[in-house]
Amino acid sequence: MIAGLIRLVTGAQARWVGCTPGLRQRIYFANHSSNLDGPTIWASLPNQVRARTRPIAARDYWEKGPLRRWLAHAVFHAVLISREKITAGNNPLVAMETALAEGASLIIFPEGTRTVDEDTGMNPFKPGLWHLARRHPEVELVPVHLENLNRILPKGDVLLVPLLAAVTFGTPLLLQEGEDKLAFLERARGAVAALAVEEA
Amino acid sequence: MIMDQGIAAVGCGILGILLAASIIGAVLSRTASSDQARATVANLNARVRAWWMMCALVFCALIAGTIATTILFALLSFLALREFITLAPTRRADHHTLFWAFFIIIPLQYWFVASRWYGMMAIFIPVWAFLFVAILVQLSDVFQYVWGKLLGRHRIAPHLSPNKTWEGFLGGVATATGIGAALWWMTPFTPLHAAGMALIITCMGFCGGIVMSAIKRDAGVKDFGAIIAGHGGVLDRIDSLCFAAPVFFHLVRYQYT
Repeated sequence: MIAGLIRLVTGAQARWVGCTPGLRQRIYFANHSSNLDGPTIWASLPNQVRARTRPIAARDYWEKGPLRRWLAHAVFHAVLISREKITAGNNPLVAMETALAEGASLIIFPEGTRTVDEDTGMNPFKPGLWHLARRHPEVELVPVHLENLNRILPKGDVLLVPLLAAVTFGTPLLLQEGEDKLAFLERARGAVAALAVEEA
Repeated sequence: MIMDQGIAAVGCGILGILLAASIIGAVLSRTASSDQARATVANLNARVRAWWMMCALVFCALIAGTIATTILFALLSFLALREFITLAPTRRADHHTLFWAFFIIIPLQYWFVASRWYGMMAIFIPVWAFLFVAILVQLSDVFQYVWGKLLGRHRIAPHLSPNKTWEGFLGGVATATGIGAALWWMTPFTPLHAAGMALIITCMGFCGGIVMSAIKRDAGVKDFGAIIAGHGGVLDRIDSLCFAAPVFFHLVRYQYT
């Protein structure tokens, strides 16, 4: 029901241009411009797929207040990670790998934080995606492009403007043999950016 | 009530058309042989089904009464605005204004509509009376252009619209007013009233054109768009109508209901 509500508010249209929805274990990685991003991708997945897909989200944001905490834990089953004071004890990768080991698919935003202006392009991807790709070659890496969400709920605002969002799922990416970290991250970022061009 | 009979008659007509369309669709889906034909027919049938839904929705709203109809139209406005703004370039600074447009202005407008019974009044005015406005406004624009080109000397608003002249304005308004009087038979008015209405409509139309010119000047563009060859955008063509239609609406309401 919450998923239906999110789709209603964001008008999100899922477009599967590079793959079809499936139960295979996947990591969806997307551009990040709004707090609605994770919930929107999650909501645009078919029911069965959604049930086993968990968004990665910032603990400092989603643990604030009972409503967010309830949404993050009971509704989205989010994997909450710390963004500050990273130690061996709270390494975000450990939480992600635990979720993968349990069979979950993940939604991640490799930029790490929200881009303020879509026109300036995406921030560089952080290396987490590369580590996951290297250690879990069996998991499909699906690029996802989100459009208009920063116009629906921009960073630093609480008022929703009900424009129509678009969620585009691209062709799964494979880590090439011997591909180094930077090259892979740049290729992944390019895959998301290419979906934006496809939309226009 | 006349209204109810009118709705019933129109409803029966539409029902007949929908039934015919569905039957034709069903027959075609049995006879279609090639893959391409089947796809076309499937698309046709999907469209017909959508029409059933849309007609049912509108008629349910009409039968349920003014409030339901108003809510339906408010929702349609909301969705249309949503589509339009999604395509329109907006800035971060517009965010709160847009929030207001969607959640305060539209509901407020339709609350006014519902509470003042305006929706009903539109149904009582024959549709061709609105045609009267559209025809006159466009004719007036054309004649202003023609007279302006023939006799134009004195500019009326040199800063806003260098092509508009007093000669064109007076000639266009006079001509369109004469034509309006001659078209009195398609309106509920007498010839004299029709001429008066035409005069007001064309003057308002002129104001609309000037105001839209000012907006374009301010934005640094010549036209709102490029969709109509030779004219510019749709809004360039209907700028006069934007001003004339509401004034016509209120005058008719004031005088004839």
